[in-house]
Amino acid sequence: MKILVPVKRVVDYNVKIRVDKETNTVDLDNVKMSINPFDEIAVEEAIRMKEAGKCDEIVIVSLGPEQSKETIRNALAMGADRGIHVKTEHSPEPLLVAKILAKIIEKDSFDLIILGKQSIDDDCNQTGQMLSALLGCSIGTYASKVEIDNDALIVTREIDGGLQTIKLAKPAVLTTDLRLNEPRYASLPNIMKAKQKTIDEVEPVDLQIEMQPKVITKKIEEPPKRIGGGKVESIGDLVDKLKNVSGVI
Amino acid sequence: MSILVLAEHNNEILKEATKKAITAASQIDKPVHVLVAGTDCTNAAKDAASTEGVEKVLLAENTQYKNLLSEPTSELLTDLMSEYDYLVSAATTNGKNILPRVAAKLDVSQISEIINVIDKKTFQRPIYAGNAIATVESSTDKNVITIRTTAFETAKETNSNAEISAVGIEKNPGLSEFIEEKVSGGERPELTSAGTIVSGGRGMQSGDNFKLLESVADKLGAAVGASRAAVDAGFVPNEYQVGQTGKVVAPELYIAVGISGAIQHLAGMKDSKVIVAINKDDEAPIFEVADYGLVADLFDAVPDLDKELEKIQK
Repeated sequence: MKILVPVKRVVDYNVKIRVDKETNTVDLDNVKMSINPFDEIAVEEAIRMKEAGKCDEIVIVSLGPEQSKETIRNALAMGADRGIHVKTEHSPEPLLVAKILAKIIEKDSFDLIILGKQSIDDDCNQTGQMLSALLGCSIGTYASKVEIDNDALIVTREIDGGLQTIKLAKPAVLTTDLRLNEPRYASLPNIMKAKQKTIDEVEPVDLQIEMQPKVITKKIEEPPKRIGGGKVESIGDLVDKLKNVSGVI
Repeated sequence: MSILVLAEHNNEILKEATKKAITAASQIDKPVHVLVAGTDCTNAAKDAASTEGVEKVLLAENTQYKNLLSEPTSELLTDLMSEYDYLVSAATTNGKNILPRVAAKLDVSQISEIINVIDKKTFQRPIYAGNAIATVESSTDKNVITIRTTAFETAKETNSNAEISAVGIEKNPGLSEFIEEKVSGGERPELTSAGTIVSGGRGMQSGDNFKLLESVADKLGAAVGASRAAVDAGFVPNEYQVGQTGKVVAPELYIAVGISGAIQHLAGMKDSKVIVAINKDDEAPIFEVADYGLVADLFDAVPDLDKELEKIQK
């Protein structure tokens, strides 16, 4: 089995971003960037499948500027085999990402594609689902457990009220939820080894994809600030305020 | 051309999230039609037919739609979309699972989790865990949109009775099969529709200690939630999670206990009307958004709160 894991370089989850009021954009200068946390879970899941003898090759793909290669290297250091870097200036909208991934899969067939359920920058939560539509294959979103059962996958999904288990035909697209696994840290020898692994470069034009977005961002603003910071001295005081000032109990 | 809303229901009535999606749809364009898909869901279709703003209900009764699996449901929606300009659903796990698949089939982008309708093509949506609001404009004729339920009112019940017509296609892609569903819950209200939520974080120290919160929640008729840290630590299941990558809630009262207030948690609850924070670390960022912050050890404060609430009940 061959697995493709798309990864995205995003603002680190610990960074509180700042909106530049003059340019109406998010200020990304000198901000710490990391692999999208859900994508890291996807890489880990693929590696575990390989370690269990269920997978022969793990390919990492990332779209973005030159620095996206670092994100690919991180995944290679965790244990993936090789990388593909699709050179784009910015991060394209999910539909374009899905189209690019579909082209890559068309050239080099994969049995399983594992993605993060959402990236923590644009919070779209679309790419995996869109990719499954373009490939005409099955989709298992928000996976918290995956078992391989011959030509099928048994996937437990996190849904609003609890858990749902479904059986999917292969090839399949999966998107990861938080509890699927806990990603490993790359060891130093593996980080060194990853430097020798191949990363192929691809341009969107090579894939005959027109990079015209269908949704345009007109502006980005700061949300209205919540005024908090009020303190109470005791539980008695708290209950009194909730009852008599706010009227919520 | 009109708007199609994908309904979620329990066979008898529509979910509140869908009624909020109907409100959002009415703000975008008219007329609004609702698709009720599943088996034995005629009553849910009747509920849709008497919801304010709904002009027609499409009823697709077929076993393949029973659990709203993505593959058959997106096939049906794609087929129906030849007659519509917009497809709208609440950003629930079902909506988020199904709609992007339809969007890709229609070769359009999806606009995720809108919080505001500016005009027919322009919407506002939170990005970066709600730390920025993007105004986006669609350039396509057909549009697929999910809505953040906390940003829209629930559509009201009316006396009117919209027409219900049967739809359905035989096409089943047969790529997926439902095995089982384990729904937790019970007596307590659902997180996304609860008026009051009591949430615990890493400070709770164990899953067992969540009983303290459950006792308080019972007295307030509240739902119980948790931060990602508490879920990561294995104290409670993931469906408790409030935050950027969990559920986004906006109750009348949100009580955060032993939660430090990481960006990703604040993203899921900062639109609550009144926020209470109980934490022993007076520097915890949760206090910056709290209306009433109490710096105290939760293992003293929560039992005290429980007792006080018991007094009020009597």
